[in-house]
Amino acid sequence: MSERIGVYVCHCGTNIAGTVDVVDVANWAAEKLKHQGVVIAREYKFMCSSLGQELIEKDIKELGLTRVVVAACSPHLHEKTFRTAAKNAGLNPYLVELASIREQVSWVHTDKAVATAKSKAVVSGAVSRVIENVALDEIKVPINANTLVVGGGIAGIQSALEIANAGFHVYLVEREPSIGGHMAQFDKTFPTLDCSACILTPRMVEAGTHPNITLMTYSEVVNVSGYIGNFNVTIKQKARRVKTDLCTGCGICQEKCPKKVIDNVYEAGLGYRKAVYTPFAQAVPNFPVMDVENCIYFKNGKCKACEKFCPTEAIDFTQQDELMDVQVGNIILATGYDLFDATRIPQYGYGKLPNVFTSLEFERMCNAAGPTEGKIVLRDMKTAPKTVVVVHCVGSRDENYNKYCSGICCMQSLKFAHLVMERTGAEVYNCYIDIRTPFKDYEEFYKRVLEEGGHFIRGKVAEITDAARLPEEEGKLIVQVEDTLIGKQRRIPADMVILAAGLEPRHDAKEVGKLFGIACGTSGWYTERHPKLDPVATMTEGIYIVGCVQGPKDIPASVAQGAAASARVLGKIFQKEVALEPIKASINQETCSGCRICNGLCPFNAIAFIADDMVSEINPALCQGCGTCVAACPAGAISGTGFSDGQIMAQIDGLLFRNLEPVEA
Amino acid sequence: MKQYAYYPGCSLESLATSYNLSTLEVAQKLGVDLKEIKDWNCCGATAYFPVDELLAYTLVARNLALAEKEGFGEFVAPCSACYKNAYFTNAYLKKDPDLAEHINYALEADNLHVNGTMKIRHLIEVFIEDVGLEEIGKKITHPLKGLRVAPYYGCQLLRPRKDHENVENPQFFESLLSALGAEPVDYPSKTRCCGGSLIVTNRKAALDMVHILLQDAVNRKADVIATTCPMCNVNLEVYQSQVNREFGTQFSIPVMYFTQLMGVALGIKPGKLGIGKELVSGEPVLAFAY
Repeated sequence: MSERIGVYVCHCGTNIAGTVDVVDVANWAAEKLKHQGVVIAREYKFMCSSLGQELIEKDIKELGLTRVVVAACSPHLHEKTFRTAAKNAGLNPYLVELASIREQVSWVHTDKAVATAKSKAVVSGAVSRVIENVALDEIKVPINANTLVVGGGIAGIQSALEIANAGFHVYLVEREPSIGGHMAQFDKTFPTLDCSACILTPRMVEAGTHPNITLMTYSEVVNVSGYIGNFNVTIKQKARRVKTDLCTGCGICQEKCPKKVIDNVYEAGLGYRKAVYTPFAQAVPNFPVMDVENCIYFKNGKCKACEKFCPTEAIDFTQQDELMDVQVGNIILATGYDLFDATRIPQYGYGKLPNVFTSLEFERMCNAAGPTEGKIVLRDMKTAPKTVVVVHCVGSRDENYNKYCSGICCMQSLKFAHLVMERTGAEVYNCYIDIRTPFKDYEEFYKRVLEEGGHFIRGKVAEITDAARLPEEEGKLIVQVEDTLIGKQRRIPADMVILAAGLEPRHDAKEVGKLFGIACGTSGWYTERHPKLDPVATMTEGIYIVGCVQGPKDIPASVAQGAAASARVLGKIFQKEVALEPIKASINQETCSGCRICNGLCPFNAIAFIADDMVSEINPALCQGCGTCVAACPAGAISGTGFSDGQIMAQIDGLLFRNLEPVEA
Repeated sequence: MKQYAYYPGCSLESLATSYNLSTLEVAQKLGVDLKEIKDWNCCGATAYFPVDELLAYTLVARNLALAEKEGFGEFVAPCSACYKNAYFTNAYLKKDPDLAEHINYALEADNLHVNGTMKIRHLIEVFIEDVGLEEIGKKITHPLKGLRVAPYYGCQLLRPRKDHENVENPQFFESLLSALGAEPVDYPSKTRCCGGSLIVTNRKAALDMVHILLQDAVNRKADVIATTCPMCNVNLEVYQSQVNREFGTQFSIPVMYFTQLMGVALGIKPGKLGIGKELVSGEPVLAFAY
């Protein structure tokens, strides 16, 4: 018996010990796996605590352990902890195996006897496997100090500024012609009612002029390759058809452009822009873009009014999309959210009944720089409403659409109620399921709106219709709602209805996630590394998520996440180099038949075919150790370190108790 | 050619004979082979389920078992209540082995066994999905040009199948009416309940609901209301005079089965479609028959 193995069974408080007889498992391992080299088996309340780790470290030193098995939680959570402990005690960290008896045993079983028996099998498998483990050395690679931030809303701007102010370079990529995101569309921000533009535009300008920030608006990331510290990113600069080196942002082209287009993005369909335009007056950068689909010249070859009047000859109809490559060490994704499409709920009448508005339309309407210059009016753009109903939870907390709470709409609706009362004196009804005002000064704002005379009806709106049944309903919108506090159906005649539409993941979140190698959860938001302890990192090293890409959140939370991810990135940059997992695949060129099946399967483009030798070869710097090629190779010529056939077969033998000594009759 | 197990249901033998007549005529004209299930029984309608669920399921399951035994693959009901009961029973038979066992134990007495393999269809689905609007359009000889028809879906036609189409704002009935040359009327209560059997147990509540439906259809200037269910048809038509008395209204809007409208458009003689038996004259529709 050459190996000396230590087995450590964790109680995890009652997480494991409540369902698994941990003492029995430890004793069993000590006795039944002794012949495999188990010299010590212990159980402890919290193996991951510093005392638990010391226990392991002490045994390694004093008992001369050469292998360690920790039966505890999933490797996702604490593999690193125990490997580091082993390293501290002088044992190669890859000689440590985790046996998951929490996620895969105690949390999914209720029968203690069954769970205990299964834990023994899992431990037995890990012991057999760990014997086959080989010592591996981490690969160190330098970190590129540049960072890519994707998305120029408030979360992305915050991230970019934090890193740039620390002295490192940032590429800030934004899909739209200007940075600013959704926050640039709002009028007031809750609960303080300070002007959104007044607090946002200084940040936008700072990001636009910062020497450490390369601002790339009207651009999209089209390809990402590499790994933490060394990403290679291809960015498409869409053709602005305006030469930014000559343009002074004077605005004459927009003024002279004869083509009016409904602005579905910035004005939420409520206002107009020209075919050559900057989305709003404070846009950063202030260079316009040309909308080729609506430009008269691109349609029939005539016009060119913008070119004629441009004082600096900055218009260039021939400009084409350009691709450029940048090298970065870390990537922060801040691509934001889409508003729930209210036409999906036909009984609310949006799109059919003119005076039903979405929250974003109403935001634009309230904005002094918006299409109505801040006047709250009906769709005819002149009549002030006398009664307004705000419908909460449109598309949120709804089994038919999105099950989650969008979080921000309660406060947004309260803000709307306040603004309507302040500016029009109209009666305002809020129809809500629950009012959720959990953060600083939010509940106080709710109180304020109540005191101002806002009406609150607890009930989910069933229908909004223009079919009047009573004389006082004629010509009005009728909101049918069950008032659950008085137990009655109510019909509220109103002039205007505002649908507090929920937040949804971007329509292309899945594809974008794939591009960056990160996953979406069941609701479509990107999945963080840990929901509580690591909310801005992802399972892919070097990729961070901030703001609404991770789930609905308000401005303060988005800003906090933006800053948090920057701190994480700066931490990586200051380390100067990063240790990569040595779990890699390699091809045995003697047995490779050159069939090239693996070439196309590799998600990281790490496998190249060497035509001269008729064999494939893996680039270890690009390989992420996913194992796809290992499983696919028909010749069995590829093996993955840490996941060799020998290790896996040994683990299966252990799981099936084939490793136990035969019992003498 | 595909043969469908036809389950007319009790109403079509009594109150709604015109629905039965028009269904069979139109089916024949469109080449839909409906074969009545032998020895079928009542589905329990809306009344039996609250009394004893298991027995109610068994009652429905017997019809499904008969259809399965005769080797049919699809079960067609023209009545929305029958359709809903068959749909749910069939679905639960597949999902709940315990229920299936209980039901089959009872059916043994009748030498029957049910597997829940039948595809359950409403008549209107068969015409729209299997025959197709284009095919129907080709056979129209008397297009209902300018006739404003309010399509009344009612509740039970849609509520069993959330995955099928938008339950709140379906469009298939409208498409069928357009194919007939008619003008479908958009009105807000097309999927609202007609009161169903409440008309017997709580007349006031049911009349309220009928009143809303009639009012909405009349407000949107419908010439006729088209239905897919005998219960809806009765409530909307027979109780018009009571609504008028109760609410001081003067409704006199014809209510007809969608198959009757189809029949007229397909050039079938009105008498063969049961037209002439209605309480509110079907004059606006009849005008297209000649």
